[in-house]
Amino acid sequence: MKRILPPVILVLLALLPLLGLSSYWMHIFILVIMWAVIGMAWNLLGGYCGQVSFGHAAFFGVGAYTAGILYNKAGLSGWWGLPLSIVAVTASALVIGFICLRLRGPFFALGTLAMGVILRVTTENLRSLTEGDLGIMIRERTWTEKTWYFYIILSIAASTYFVVRKVIESKLGYYFVAIREDQDAAESLGINTTFYKNIALCLSAVITGIAGAFYTNYMGYIDPKVVFALHDISIVTIMVVMVGGVATFWGPAVGAVIMVLLAELIRSIPKLGAAHHTLFGILLIVIIIFLPNGIVGDLPKLRKIFRLGRTS
Amino acid sequence: MKPLLEVNGVSRFFGGLAAVTGVSFSVKKGEILGLIGPNGAGKTTLFNVVNGFYPPSRGEVLFKGKRISGLKPHQICRLGVARTFQVVKPLQRMSVLDNVIASAFVRANSRARADEIAIEALRFTGLYDDRDVISKGLPLGKRKRLEIARALATQPEMILFDESCAGLNPTELGHSIEIIRKIKERGLTIMVIEHHMKVIMSISDRIVVLNYGEKIAEGTPAEITANPLVIEAYLGASQGA
Ligand SMILES: Nc1ncnc2c1ncn2[C@@H]1O[C@H](COP(=O)(O)OP(=O)(O)OP(=O)(O)O)[C@@H](O)[C@H]1O
Ligand SMILES: [Mg+2]
Repeated sequence: MKRILPPVILVLLALLPLLGLSSYWMHIFILVIMWAVIGMAWNLLGGYCGQVSFGHAAFFGVGAYTAGILYNKAGLSGWWGLPLSIVAVTASALVIGFICLRLRGPFFALGTLAMGVILRVTTENLRSLTEGDLGIMIRERTWTEKTWYFYIILSIAASTYFVVRKVIESKLGYYFVAIREDQDAAESLGINTTFYKNIALCLSAVITGIAGAFYTNYMGYIDPKVVFALHDISIVTIMVVMVGGVATFWGPAVGAVIMVLLAELIRSIPKLGAAHHTLFGILLIVIIIFLPNGIVGDLPKLRKIFRLGRTS
Repeated sequence: MKPLLEVNGVSRFFGGLAAVTGVSFSVKKGEILGLIGPNGAGKTTLFNVVNGFYPPSRGEVLFKGKRISGLKPHQICRLGVARTFQVVKPLQRMSVLDNVIASAFVRANSRARADEIAIEALRFTGLYDDRDVISKGLPLGKRKRLEIARALATQPEMILFDESCAGLNPTELGHSIEIIRKIKERGLTIMVIEHHMKVIMSISDRIVVLNYGEKIAEGTPAEITANPLVIEAYLGASQGA
């Protein structure tokens, strides 16, 4: 049952565009899948390896800008950003890793948070390369319809799921979790903790960057405030994983569905304005209190609650 | 024959505190060397220097004639020196089996091989029936044995046991002593820190005594029990306590 679930879900999703959904619903599905990808990427580093990053917008942004700059300066298609962002993001991940991975726990989190901000400010100021606050506009959209964008992000998500699964079930996965549980013990058991933390960071960053490059092509416009956003990218990434279930295979996908739908729902409430941040915050607190392991992580607990509800 | 491990004039300072000062001794291949001394004598610190957690402030450590001080713990483990922790460090949210698999990967080049090594280590330490227990829920005696199983799974030539028998009930104690003896029979070289005098005297081939970071005696168990300096150090410590 567990084995056939992923391919079944993939096939069902692949059939989705045949339903003739409205452009709005296709957009929602694309966003959900994109967030699932980012969540799975974060989960590798934060969930399995225990290095909680508050700066994943850095990688998302570098990926997005790789695509944007290739289009804007090199005259290439923005889609080249998908493969080429791997190079740019790996380079930035190695630098960020060199600086932040020597820090432990909350200090690592703060370090990555600072990196995200530094990259945003840098991008705002490197006008000759990035156009600064003006942002980059992709003038010729590849497709007007959403179908192909949907299939591209779906393939990225399927590959990501496959890669994460393979990694976690291999030696790498054991090493990541060992590092999360006790860095000193891991080190004394022959695990080069610095090296494997860098591997986790690079893998996580590259996948996030590919999502960023996709975002540029899909949305057709990026600016530093959007793709390097502390709240709307870095924090939301963490929330997606926490709500869904840290260190679970399906947590990020479940979290993405809930977070995207919730964001849409809150947005549709009139006259809420900035208060939607507050609502988001309250939701996070409620989830941390009642489902500390997320929806997937606390599934047994949830089942029990629903069963109780039905019998009484 | 050249000793397997040589500790040459090792000192380790923490700020102004000299935890270990000018300690020298060597461990021969295949022997059990006991390391004793009152609380705070610097025994664990010495292990931390040998295993690479702390570089020595002075002196050096040689393993098979090669300098290992200055290397990282994971490198020293790969060279063949494993250790257990006095304050146990299980990988809490992993099962007992996964704990041991994670350490078996140092030598194993496939998952299947790692499983094999891990299961062997679990059978050897009598933890096989607990393999699926999440190690957070393990009682202390078994956690201490998990430390041993993990060290074994790295397939070392030498193991440093830091109080693997402390806090055990008599049955568990007997079990752990048996395990250490069996490890010696396999040809591994062992260093043990232990407060339990009967245990250390019965299993050690030779004993090194530390007091306030300095080596005050070295010899066979019989020589050590008769050494006035050692008696004084222990009496002094118990009078002070
Ligand atoms: N990381 C450290 N920083 C500062 N001081 C330390 C550190 N590690 C150990 N010490 C000090 O070094 C001295 C020796 O400690 P150590 O743990 O090596 O003793 P021990 O012989 O293992 O004692 P016990 O029998 O209680 O385990 C102690 O005074 C201890 O407080
Ligand atoms: Mg100690």
